[in-house]
Amino acid sequence: MLEILSYPNVQWVLFATATLGIASGVLGSFALLRRQSLVSDAMSHAALPGICIAFLIVGEKMMGALLLGAGLTAYLGTYCIQTIVYYTRLKTDAAIGLVLSVFFGVGIVLLTFINNLPIGGQAGLNQFIFGQAAAMTSLDVRVISSVAVVLIIITILLFKELKLLVFDREFAQGIGLPTAVLNGLLMTMIVAAVVIGLQAVGVVLMVAMLIAPAITARYWTDRLDFMVILSGFFGAISGILGTMISAPISGMPTGPLIIVAACIVFFVSLIIAPKKGLVVKAYRLQQLRKQTARGQILQSLYELAEKRHQTSGAFKAFTREEIQALRPLSERRFQKTLNELKRSGKIDVTGDGYALTTSGRETAHNVTLNNRYMQMYSMHETRFANLQMEKRNWDFLSLPEKERERLHVLLQEHHLEPKLMQMTQQEGGRL
Amino acid sequence: MSYTFWILLTASLVGVTCGIMGVLLILRKLAMLSDAISHTVLLGIISAFLITQSLDGWTMFIGAAIVGLLTTVFVQMLNSAGVQSDASIGIVFTFLFAIGVILVSMFADNVHIDVEHTIMGEIAFIPWETVNWFGIEGIPQAVWMLGIVLVIDVILLVLFYKEFKVSTFDPELAAAIGLPVGLLHYLLMGMTSLTAVAAFDAVGAILVVAMLITPGATAYLLTERLSMMFVLSAVIGVLAAFSGYYIAAWLDASIAGMMAAMAGLLFLLAFTFAPQHGIIAKRLMQKRIKHDV
Repeated sequence: MLEILSYPNVQWVLFATATLGIASGVLGSFALLRRQSLVSDAMSHAALPGICIAFLIVGEKMMGALLLGAGLTAYLGTYCIQTIVYYTRLKTDAAIGLVLSVFFGVGIVLLTFINNLPIGGQAGLNQFIFGQAAAMTSLDVRVISSVAVVLIIITILLFKELKLLVFDREFAQGIGLPTAVLNGLLMTMIVAAVVIGLQAVGVVLMVAMLIAPAITARYWTDRLDFMVILSGFFGAISGILGTMISAPISGMPTGPLIIVAACIVFFVSLIIAPKKGLVVKAYRLQQLRKQTARGQILQSLYELAEKRHQTSGAFKAFTREEIQALRPLSERRFQKTLNELKRSGKIDVTGDGYALTTSGRETAHNVTLNNRYMQMYSMHETRFANLQMEKRNWDFLSLPEKERERLHVLLQEHHLEPKLMQMTQQEGGRL
Repeated sequence: MSYTFWILLTASLVGVTCGIMGVLLILRKLAMLSDAISHTVLLGIISAFLITQSLDGWTMFIGAAIVGLLTTVFVQMLNSAGVQSDASIGIVFTFLFAIGVILVSMFADNVHIDVEHTIMGEIAFIPWETVNWFGIEGIPQAVWMLGIVLVIDVILLVLFYKEFKVSTFDPELAAAIGLPVGLLHYLLMGMTSLTAVAAFDAVGAILVVAMLITPGATAYLLTERLSMMFVLSAVIGVLAAFSGYYIAAWLDASIAGMMAAMAGLLFLLAFTFAPQHGIIAKRLMQKRIKHDV
């Protein structure tokens, strides 16, 4: 497959799809964050009649004119969506679907009309539907890549302003940015990114070229600047992969292959991304479940011992049923956690049940104390709003002494302070 | 029966079937999900063909129903994995549709559908593709399929009219009184898949969206009653089909494309002249209010 890289024509096309991938990835990030993914779907469909009308006017396949026509009707489609949503009770999704399909229908009518004309046979406008990268001439490639480069440069220059527009439009307006102009510019840039992709990817699937790289990048970072760069990178990779696979196979439309490549990059990221990937999420959930089960058993043992100590003064092991009765767990998890606690030396198994070891007692004390602080915190959340516990991972024991004191007073009021450690200390550490 | 008769019958059946389905899709804000399903139906058709080696209507029905429901499920899965809803629709349907197009291109020699068929259907060939179903000869397969789906859709809509109505206008109430809201959703999506596959031969995978959404949206601007909206939507679908056919024949252009364009024109008329929700009516009302004030 690599030998096709040596053909100058293929190199040209690869260059075009790569720059196109960067441009659509970069602008797709903004479209995605503004929740305009499906609007860009309508834009690309609405470009089809524009291409045909431009062809009918110019009479030949002049790339610049076709792109201009495509851009104009794509813009008109977007305007129609806004108008429909503004004036009627139809919702955005209905307006998008309506505009998308009707414009596409008009495009198909014009396309079949052109194909039946004497000049139409060789027009090859059909390739705009699913894209045919191999059919690009070097002039096409130059037009496409220069538009792409211009789009990338504008994004870099206006990055700060666009960022503000996307995340906090009111604030941007407040500090005196011309938000209406910026908004129009961003919209125009998205239209331009859609339009230059039509020849390689086609009107039907172009939307994925905007969404897929952007949503992929979203899985790898939380910062807009990294997201935009990564998205451009993923877009370029998808463009190159799709083109390389489709180039040697005759009659294979390029668009679908580029899109499948982009989607596979997304699915892989969805699974393996370091922080938000499904694997990491599942692992974290598993860890949390383990930790919770551990804490539950320790606290139950602790409370059983606490209670026993208060009433009879003697310490004993507790049976599985006693532990389970307090905080029920599934039998499987219960057994697994018990085994694990035993291995780490937190509990001992005696003839009649399970007992905390000395180190287990300390851990159980801390778990219980933390959970009871949590209880107090939840009861008086407004008083402790300053603690920002969700940022501290709900670890109350690491709080400054002063704040812990406040919680501790509450614990005493409710007679909930864990007593086992004090009791054991009084008795010289023997239970 | 003549060639034109069969084409007009097919086109009208598309108009009616899609029209009545569109009402619920519009009201339940499922327009884009139905757009996604009508695209992915292609993958269902081509996979059904690759597995069974036949393009029989029944295998197409089953393939489309499965893929349609899978589309809905995938969108929901991505959604719950944290992908925003519009992007999850966009990514699922483009992916499945792209695979469908690739498969069609790869096996184009063996299948009777090609990429062009996918885009705009082949309504002009429908009258010749007759089948012998239920011992009746000479009726095109597309007419059979559309007829069967229409009957199924109408029966289900009549049977569950109240349920659909409540769960559409007040989903919380529907859930509170114990209606199976999720099941109704999937039922509707299944019906949409069947409708899309039945209309596939006539208008292709993309233009069916125009027939699904536009008549419903137009009817929504013309009436306040749900039952009336069904009737109007079906009538508008048929009007678009008829006018589309004749203008396309006159211009020698795509019939399916023209049906979509005419549906759009009818919407534009309603958008402008509708008695209550049209722009002119609204402007007049604004003037009257200003005058009164």
